[in-house]
Amino acid sequence: MKTMRSAILWGVAVMLLMVCACAPPTRQVLETQESEVRLRSIQSRIFETTDTNKTLRAVIAALQDLGFVVDKANASLGVVSATKLSGYVLRITVSVRPRGESQVLVRANAQYNIQAVEDPEPYQRFFDALAQSMFLAAHQL
Amino acid sequence: MRYKAMIQFIALAAGLVLLLNNCAPQIPKEALQLPPEGLKQRQLQSRQFGTDEKTVLSASAALLQDLGFVIEESEPACGLIFCSKHRDASSTGQLVGAIAVALLTGVVPPVDRDQLIRVSVVTQPLVVDSVDPSKCRTGVRVSFQRVVRNDRGFVSLQQSVVEPHIYRDFFDKLSQSLFLEANQL
Repeated sequence: MKTMRSAILWGVAVMLLMVCACAPPTRQVLETQESEVRLRSIQSRIFETTDTNKTLRAVIAALQDLGFVVDKANASLGVVSATKLSGYVLRITVSVRPRGESQVLVRANAQYNIQAVEDPEPYQRFFDALAQSMFLAAHQL
Repeated sequence: MRYKAMIQFIALAAGLVLLLNNCAPQIPKEALQLPPEGLKQRQLQSRQFGTDEKTVLSASAALLQDLGFVIEESEPACGLIFCSKHRDASSTGQLVGAIAVALLTGVVPPVDRDQLIRVSVVTQPLVVDSVDPSKCRTGVRVSFQRVVRNDRGFVSLQQSVVEPHIYRDFFDKLSQSLFLEANQL
């Protein structure tokens, strides 16, 4: 009787482990840790300019300063994607859209190896670098 | 007694699963921070040429083709060309080392086999003169990366190329390519 009970318990333990490992991978397709509203707020910044092309070029320059290779860009859509390899794979997409009459909205989303980057700090550092790049670009021209 | 051990085991397993879920490595702080050597890096990867952006872009595309790259993306409206090539990554030194280790220990260590080389060329118009291209100035910044795979099929190295001579050679070749372009060769 006792061995039977312990066998059942072992079975339950093993099943528990299996269930943990077997969460359906398709769930990841639409999964985020943070709410969409919060993600948008951490991943977006507004710049006081109307020149989306210049902003896009500043984004590209900032990404290069940060060690990325820019793999894709589309000026009419205002999107850029880039990859950084440094023992890890960091992929980022940045979009630039006009906002109202006098501003542009810049949004970035990144993936570190196989994880979404959803912390505010890395984005803050990225936008700091972008602000510097926009300042530099303004002075170069 | 048995029950207690079982419950302890289940608690331990659940704890481990939670721990593993939370233990995935986080993005390093410096990944999106301007590096202290950023200016040096930018100087190494950048040059200016006394012609218009379109000419620099087409000379760059021609050079990248000379070097055997496959152009994967180009967007002249923001001055981008991105391309890549697959090449051999084996080195005699590493092979000799691997053979020595195999002879000493009986275990054959993995050796590098092939690599993907990625490069983006980005141009920036600095001075624009729509009438006379020779009065224009265009900045170019190039960055190379490598992903190396070993003979077991695993990625053994993924990094930016930082060797200064690679960038110097690239820009020497780009000057030549611009000369050829200007003379319609």
